Amino acid sequence: MDIDLMLRVYPFFLEAAWITILLSVLTALLGLTFGALGAAARLSRFTSLRLLGATYVSIFRGTPALIQLFILYFGGPQVGIQLDAFEAGVIGLGINAGAYMTETIRGAIISIDKGQREAARTLGLSQLQAFYKVTLPQAARLMVRPLGVNLNMLIKATALVAAISVVELTYTAQRYIGSTYKPFEMFLLAGVLYMIIIYVTGRGVAWLDRRVRIT
Amino acid sequence: MGLDFTVIPKYLDVVLLGCLWTIAITVAAALVSFFGGILLAVVALYAPAVIRLPFRAFEFVFMGTPLLLQLFLIYFGLVQIGIDLPAFVAGVIGLGLHFAVYNSELIQTAIISVDRGQMEAARTLGLSRTQALRKVVVPQAVRAVIPPIGNNMIALLKDSALVSVIGVSELTLSAQRAIGATYRPFEFYLLAAAFYYVINLAMEWVQRRIERRIAISR
Repeated sequence: MDIDLMLRVYPFFLEAAWITILLSVLTALLGLTFGALGAAARLSRFTSLRLLGATYVSIFRGTPALIQLFILYFGGPQVGIQLDAFEAGVIGLGINAGAYMTETIRGAIISIDKGQREAARTLGLSQLQAFYKVTLPQAARLMVRPLGVNLNMLIKATALVAAISVVELTYTAQRYIGSTYKPFEMFLLAGVLYMIIIYVTGRGVAWLDRRVRIT
Repeated sequence: MGLDFTVIPKYLDVVLLGCLWTIAITVAAALVSFFGGILLAVVALYAPAVIRLPFRAFEFVFMGTPLLLQLFLIYFGLVQIGIDLPAFVAGVIGLGLHFAVYNSELIQTAIISVDRGQMEAARTLGLSRTQALRKVVVPQAVRAVIPPIGNNMIALLKDSALVSVIGVSELTLSAQRAIGATYRPFEFYLLAAAFYYVINLAMEWVQRRIERRIAISR
């Protein structure tokens, strides 16, 4: 194993790791937004909105995220959407993650017993109040762990933007594999950084889950 | 530049051929991940620590890093130690191992839930530990996890698009070839997406049928 080489290139990997983290954070925020909107659409009382939500989930979960990125980044200019690689990466991955999060959020909301809502209505709360004050606070606690799984997948999915030349961890590893012919060493550098990011995020989610859980 | 879908028919056969390769690589990698998953699960639960720990490390690394990075390691890394695999084989190994780790998680849980009682009963009837595992515990466990494994296989189909990056001429790379000739990325990536979607729907249909059959046989 070429330790010297690894010591020489690791600052570049560290820099790339920050890009991966930034990508993950922005994608997660966008994903949560789309997830919340998607879940609201899927639980709406309007058939057209429910259909729209279901179509969104089905299409974005039913096709590869890589293809979705390619359509947005390479195909976008044909329909008047000009994005740089980083923007396309965040938007593409965010919309994709949103489809998975829609199902997570919806699942948590429908698992709250109907009796809770009915009781709240009986006590004089409006439909909206019952949702925000009774159903949602309980559902939010149930969401933490499964959203954590979504987050874990999303962090690993940020590697896909290497294919549209965003200089994040995987792209950096790929580039140094090409120039040094030391794939194992480069994998080790990138891999350890990914595992640190994923481990820390996982601990954070577990901590949050413990804090909000009611037993 | 606008959209022009009339370019598609001329390259449809290229993309359809890519479709067949995507199906081939998905099936091959699914088999690797299925049997690999059983192996990993049995090792994780029953092997002595000397064997178990390296496997644990392997699983930890495969669950904690992106598939794309793993594909680069397998494709370029094996060349470094003198094994020059065709891209297709490297892709099958990469996808197969990646999903074997996820399948193993499911199978382990199922084995634990079957093991109690069943293992003791089989041992009482005179089967050795290995026989009891192979003939009694594992078959029952595998049946219990077919539906969730089906979800993993659908995820595998979508992740098979990644092997285009190491040069396997599957659906994504075929679309890229057509784009190289026509400069029509939107049209051909959309076409590829449509094919993935159809294969995906077909797999979901098969999965539902299998689930129904399992439900009946219980």
